Amino acid sequence: MQEDYFELFGLPQSYEVSLQTLSERFRDLQRVVHPDRYAAADEREKRLSVQYAAEVNDAYQTLKDPVLRAIYLLHCRGVDAQMENNTVMDTAFLMQQMEWREALDEVHKCADPEAALDNLRRDIVEAMQSCQSGFAERWQSNGEQLKAAEDLVRKMQFIDKLIQQLDQFEEALFDD
Amino acid sequence: MAYSDKVLDHYDNPRNVGKLDADDPDVGTGMVGAPACGDVMRLQIKVDSQGIIEDARFKTYGCGSAIASSSLVTEWMKGKTLDEAEQIKNTAIAEELALPPVKIHCSVLAEDAIKAAVSDYRGKHGEKS
Repeated sequence: MQEDYFELFGLPQSYEVSLQTLSERFRDLQRVVHPDRYAAADEREKRLSVQYAAEVNDAYQTLKDPVLRAIYLLHCRGVDAQMENNTVMDTAFLMQQMEWREALDEVHKCADPEAALDNLRRDIVEAMQSCQSGFAERWQSNGEQLKAAEDLVRKMQFIDKLIQQLDQFEEALFDD
Repeated sequence: MAYSDKVLDHYDNPRNVGKLDADDPDVGTGMVGAPACGDVMRLQIKVDSQGIIEDARFKTYGCGSAIASSSLVTEWMKGKTLDEAEQIKNTAIAEELALPPVKIHCSVLAEDAIKAAVSDYRGKHGEKS
């Protein structure tokens, strides 16, 4: 398959994506490529339909996730965000990450853990949104601006991980 | 994935967890993070008048291998000069802890944290690193 994920879904290559349009197109594409439709087809067509369905699924998972979508857009620009190798980032950001993780550890000691979690989540989501809008403004640029966009994607990764931990924590807290 | 006994030992009994005063001129602080897994590591050293690392502390949010790597290097750094500490390589950390290939980046994180802490200390003392 030659076209990129955005073309596949008939969407403009942009960081801003309508999730509703995306999921509608996904359902349309799924119907077209579903391997069941090729039950009577020959082996080659069957194999192709399975491949195609998998690709459509990958594309959907990538485009619907704000972090994966950002990494994919950089990839389309020929940039590898180097998640594995880049360990030294701006200290203030990392300190904030550590403080948030510490705050999450301490939440159960608060008089009102639910309110404390809500406050924490508000701050974290705000930071995520600011990374996302910063990325949307910069990913098509070059030079320093593009570097800044890469940096924002790495920050999104940290924050995304933290939000997952927050979700797990919340589930555990309100389970009992 | 199975952790080695050494990783589990450091994970269950982390050495030198804690915090030193980052504003103390004798303290160097290194903050590093791995975007791929969201790990964050803070490594601090306290250096005596002879230029020897007399104390090292860490705090790591991450997987067992990342915690074990940072715990191990705090042990290794104590009693070393800054130059000696900088010679600690991620390969030595990975070997000591028997880290599998997918966890090598945790040892890289610890090596980078050492460099960042030493460089912070040197910066405070007007040395170029």
